[in-house]
Amino acid sequence: MTRHVVASVGEIPPGGRKLVSVGGRSIGVFNVGGAFYALLNRCPHQGGSLCLGERVGLVLSDEPGVYRYTRPGEMLRCPWHGWEFDIRTGQSWCDPRRTRVRTYPVSVEPGEALVKGPYQAETFPVTVEADYVVLEV
Amino acid sequence: MTAPEQDADDSDRAEESAARLRALRPVDCDIHPPTPVMAELLPYLDDHWREVMVSRGIDGLGLASYPPGAALSARPDWRGADGRPGGDLDLLRREALAPWNTRLAVCHCLHGAAAMFSEDMGAALARAVNDWVAAEWLDREPRLRASILVNPRSPELAVAEIERCAADPRFVAVLLLAGGETPLGRRSHWPIYAAAARLRLPIGIHAGSDFHNPITNTGWPSYLVEDYVDQAAIFQHQLLSLIGEGVFTKFPDLRIVLLESGFTWLPAFVWRATKEWRALRSEVPWVDRSPAEILREHVRVTLQPADAPPAPEDLARVMEQLGAERVLLFSTDFPHWQWDGAAVLPAGLPARLLSRIAVENPLETFPRLRHPAVPPRAPAIPIEGFAP
Repeated sequence: MTRHVVASVGEIPPGGRKLVSVGGRSIGVFNVGGAFYALLNRCPHQGGSLCLGERVGLVLSDEPGVYRYTRPGEMLRCPWHGWEFDIRTGQSWCDPRRTRVRTYPVSVEPGEALVKGPYQAETFPVTVEADYVVLEV
Repeated sequence: MTAPEQDADDSDRAEESAARLRALRPVDCDIHPPTPVMAELLPYLDDHWREVMVSRGIDGLGLASYPPGAALSARPDWRGADGRPGGDLDLLRREALAPWNTRLAVCHCLHGAAAMFSEDMGAALARAVNDWVAAEWLDREPRLRASILVNPRSPELAVAEIERCAADPRFVAVLLLAGGETPLGRRSHWPIYAAAARLRLPIGIHAGSDFHNPITNTGWPSYLVEDYVDQAAIFQHQLLSLIGEGVFTKFPDLRIVLLESGFTWLPAFVWRATKEWRALRSEVPWVDRSPAEILREHVRVTLQPADAPPAPEDLARVMEQLGAERVLLFSTDFPHWQWDGAAVLPAGLPARLLSRIAVENPLETFPRLRHPAVPPRAPAIPIEGFAP
């Protein structure tokens, strides 16, 4: 696995996302309440660009007519067929065991550490003052 | 092979499978006593309603779905001397129970009480029909059981009738029509499901309509064949409504039995419903399992009419897709004309499924069939001046 610097933290605010291309793969990096997650931009169902989908909450229910709206913005709805995926785990809601999208480890590193390497900064300069999102692929 | 040889083979096959069925002593989940005429119901109506029926000359309250003279409504050898579909108890014993060595048979009386606009008249007639069934059929033939006929327009009155009849353990289900005024999943029907689940009565949904709405989605058809073939679509609407409105989430113990629905449409329906659920489930978050899973657990379906594929070897595949091992229930649909001679089991029905379909599935689906049934009530008291 190689670690890639893919964004500065300020670039992806909570609720935001950034689509990056790493090692030939299209990967979506998401900020969920300050924590970062990365998913392969390919729906395991039929290959749609999952990471371009709408970010929605998870609606649950204990009985008919009762809508329990939870985890706002933590689900991703595939733009092709509407299947819901958990951004934190990559699992689909309808078939979590068998239908899941590949996830990648993400960390936040201070620029000071990154300047020393062995990281690959893709398209932007790294400065010691800022923090960066680092993706392991 | 010449045609007569083919016929002889078919006939041998039918006899062989009938012999296997006889050895199992099957439970027949869908038979029909004749629809009672008003003269037969008068003893079971109270004074007010008896006078209403007599003074208004009300009779002929069979469902329009089964015109008594139509070929579908009775096999030619299953009409009484007067031409009535199903004839009398002797005919039913001889033609519906004896040929298969039937251990128990569930009667569904298709009467227009279920279709009445008047809630009170509908309830009074449903009550009379249920009492007539108990006295004239269940009391006289210990192998018979019955569903409780209700008019669903008033859920309160329907629940009262369910509770009244449920005191008699020979009533083993609640009977609703496939086509009604509002979709069956709507919350207005829920008191009926609550009572049924509490009393361990599955809901039997039978082909046919109250004709309050056009029976197809696109308006009224002209011909009986359209009405009858379209039943498969009507059952689909009702299953979608029951699932989508969350009836099975609300009533986890509820079981639905589709009566005279056909069944080969069901696998394709389940695939489609499950596919769309994956995309749209957040609209109905209480549907927390796939329709495939819900149907496997809650819905059962009767054998006749067997809308089997033309090639017998294809039927085994459909049985697999359907999950017939759990889902399918033996039925003759007597006296409706669905099959000829002894061919109650469609060609190609896998032999290994037979005991599940004929005995185990019915006994699991209708819990009350598992217990000896002792009627708690005295036979109906004849009312002076009205001989039944």
